[in-house]
Amino acid sequence: MSRIGVFICHCGENISRTVDVERVASQASLMAGVAFSTDYKYMCSDPGQTLVKKAIAEHNLTHVVVAACSPRMHERTFRKAAEQAGLNPYLCEMANIREHCSWVHENREEATQKAIEIVGMLIERVKKNRILPTITVPVTKRALVIGGGIAGIQAALDVADCGHQVVLVEREPSIGGHMAQLSETFPTLDCSQCIMTPKMVDLANHPNITLHTYSEIEQVDGYIGNFQVTIRKKARSVDEHKCTGCGICITKCPQKKIPNIFDCNIGMRTAIYVPFPQAVPNVPVIDRENCTMFKSGKCGVCQKVCGPGAIDFTQEDILITEPVGAIIVATGFELYTITEKAKGSPIKGYGEFGHGKIPDVIDGMTFERLASASGPTGGKILRPSDGKEPKQVVFIQCVGSRSREKGISYCSKVCCMYTAKHTMLYHHKVHDGQAYVFFMDARVPGKSYDEFWRRSIEEEEAVYIRGMVSRLYQKGDKIVVMGSDIAVGVQVEIEADLVVLATAVQPQKGADLLAQKLGISYDKYNFYSEAHAKLRPVECATAGIYLAGACQGPKDIPDTVSQASAAAAKVMALFSKDRLEREPIVARVKEATCVGCFACKKVCAYGAVEEKEIRDRQGNLLKVIAYVNPGVCAGCGTCQATCPSKSVELDGYTDEQIVAMIEAL
Amino acid sequence: MNPENKNRFEPKIIAFVCTWCTYAGADLAGTSRMQYPANVRVIKFPCTGRIDPVFIIKAFQQGADGILISGCHPGDCHYIAGNYHARRRFAAFRKLLEFIGVDLNRIQFSWVSAAEGGKWVDVVTDLTERVRNMGPMVEFKELALEEQWSGGLDSPDLQQVYEAI
Ligand SMILES: Cc1cc2nc3c(=O)[nH]c(=O)nc-3n(C[C@H](O)[C@H](O)[C@H](O)COP(=O)(O)OP(=O)(O)OC[C@H]3O[C@@H](n4cnc5c(N)ncnc54)[C@H](O)[C@@H]3O)c2cc1C
Ligand code: SF4
Ligand code: SF4
Repeated sequence: MSRIGVFICHCGENISRTVDVERVASQASLMAGVAFSTDYKYMCSDPGQTLVKKAIAEHNLTHVVVAACSPRMHERTFRKAAEQAGLNPYLCEMANIREHCSWVHENREEATQKAIEIVGMLIERVKKNRILPTITVPVTKRALVIGGGIAGIQAALDVADCGHQVVLVEREPSIGGHMAQLSETFPTLDCSQCIMTPKMVDLANHPNITLHTYSEIEQVDGYIGNFQVTIRKKARSVDEHKCTGCGICITKCPQKKIPNIFDCNIGMRTAIYVPFPQAVPNVPVIDRENCTMFKSGKCGVCQKVCGPGAIDFTQEDILITEPVGAIIVATGFELYTITEKAKGSPIKGYGEFGHGKIPDVIDGMTFERLASASGPTGGKILRPSDGKEPKQVVFIQCVGSRSREKGISYCSKVCCMYTAKHTMLYHHKVHDGQAYVFFMDARVPGKSYDEFWRRSIEEEEAVYIRGMVSRLYQKGDKIVVMGSDIAVGVQVEIEADLVVLATAVQPQKGADLLAQKLGISYDKYNFYSEAHAKLRPVECATAGIYLAGACQGPKDIPDTVSQASAAAAKVMALFSKDRLEREPIVARVKEATCVGCFACKKVCAYGAVEEKEIRDRQGNLLKVIAYVNPGVCAGCGTCQATCPSKSVELDGYTDEQIVAMIEAL
Repeated sequence: MNPENKNRFEPKIIAFVCTWCTYAGADLAGTSRMQYPANVRVIKFPCTGRIDPVFIIKAFQQGADGILISGCHPGDCHYIAGNYHARRRFAAFRKLLEFIGVDLNRIQFSWVSAAEGGKWVDVVTDLTERVRNMGPMVEFKELALEEQWSGGLDSPDLQQVYEAI
């Protein structure tokens, strides 16, 4: 038999002005199962809560209904009070007679009648409430960071500095990402390598960080606090432990004419290589496609010259498994290559800009490599075709970006700023040169950003032309750029020596495949989706997975670093407890009736439904049924309304509870 | 009740709403002290995805004259996609109700966000007035009675059904 206590709040006069609270209390006392009923001026106040607790003890109450404001206000308050008085908190319900009644109705009779009915519904509901134990899941206090650009490096360092173990997985032979390729960085023009490499070294030397470069994520199992990640360490052909990084192999390798992707294919590298001199780890990789040994079985020069005997042509990919509690995804971006039309891409290329055909039409990252002191030209701006110093350079912004017809409607966010930077770097290096910029708008919000952009015009003499380029073509050793200046309304034609295209920032190729392994969502461009655009910008909807950097959308370095530290803070909050506590509003499968149709699995947006084998004592498989992982379930109840055999039930919102409310009408 | 409305039909409206958007929107109507008819009774769910069509039938049986189902706008679901599942489910269910002869004007499906206190008021007021004009819903109430009944079969249709079983 339930002994329900009903507590009607006046809320000062907020409720009692329109609702006859005494009558509600006396009516409630007549309802079946009610053992005690009273009203009080401020139920949520200290004396009010004490009143509730005392009544629970004195009247041996089994359930509590507090009729007051919205449960969104004070459900927690009263459940806690009930818990302190020894009741399971989920045996306490609130009836909303303020927001849903006294405040929205003027007629005292109608409002009182409605309040009585609302209380009646909650009384019937609470009778069906069950004791729900708090659910806790263990937390493995190790984090996985995917991607070793500035986002991943920052996040890994933050988590590791807090004393937790971090595993960082980077696909390339070295960490660093795009920032390692940049020359100088806006808005301060400090040298990228100078601020980046110390962080890379810190990371490599950090006692709490395990670094797997030249590695990729193979498989992800588990859920928040308890992931199992399988990592494929690709065969490097060099033993990481034996290699001292002396680099003698690199100097002796006969294959010297392989375009270096790190230098945007302007510079060359050998078959055994590190992508750039400051690489971390400073351990070379053999590019098997171009190595003579792998191609024809002859050579092996590197092996002969390597003192510590680190070269191992027989090395194979290995799979390792790491248990982690949280995952930070920081896989960054890539630039769209705007040749005629990239294979398999829905995005139409810019054939009219001659990229890929005219050697002196380059993209922004290539310009960064030309301007970089450690780049293939030693920091001299020399054009790729003939190595001459260009005297007229045309920069074209928004190539790919903001163009619905071409397939990308978003703004790439960093191009206005880096183009302004490029004009400055160019002017610093080629004093008698002239930079022209074709642009649609200057989108330069950010601390010191507008000032920076203005400086490129006012001090560095860049000529900005508002309008798009319609066509460009090679004429002798010049590139004729034809466009319109819509501000003045005239056609312009510039004979340029070099053209730099600010191409769209796009997600990494295969970003969708990684997302599928992780079970996180992504938008139509393959940028990863945050749980809430404003209030949860660093969390994925999938619990325990966080986002940092350009993989979530185009971002500059300050924003990337902020988001990385924010993601790290989320991970640290998760790791602050040994067990993760969560509201026990989760779905449960009734094993006896589940027929294993997995309709629930199809509708669950969180991947909380797993398959469970039921076996007899001899181990024979009887059936495969659904199991809801309470660590992952978000408690929406969609599965329950979908299940054709009524075999899954959401605790706290069972059919019994809902039907009891309907029947109380 | 106003004296002039004494004999006016007061419909019972049941609202099945999600916690995150519509329940919060109704709360906002309260905090903004907006006014609407007192006929509606709210039943809260975590998500519209949890709302089983059976509840609608049950509510009609128990004397509801009109039903409102309301959740987060498409794309805003707190649980990613629960409201899409709900929308699909109710699209199919409406057909079924229509088939068994329920006037679909008694059922309203709407999206009310946590910021739309005014929309909540409009939706509830419109539905209440519409159902008031339609008069009481009797079909399912009679069914509910028949279900519990244990005496003679007095209606010829039922007699016929009984024979057929
Ligand atoms: C031409 C140009 C100039 C710029 N100049 C500036 C500037 O001056 N100032 C400024 O603030 N910003 C600038 N930016 C923006 C800056 O480059 C980005 O903000 C920054 O690089 C983003 O860092 P990230 O770590 O998110 O991504 P990335 O730098 O792209 O790093 C991602 C890393 O993840 C790795 N990775 C990818 N996929 C996987 C996978 N599946 N598994 C494992 N690892 C993976 C990649 O190899 C890479 O190392 C510029 C951008 C461009 C294009
Ligand atoms: S074996 Fe391959 S990597 Fe080594 S030196 Fe020869 S070509 Fe270069
Ligand atoms: S309640 Fe929602 S989140 Fe939980 S298992 Fe069911 S569908 Fe998935």
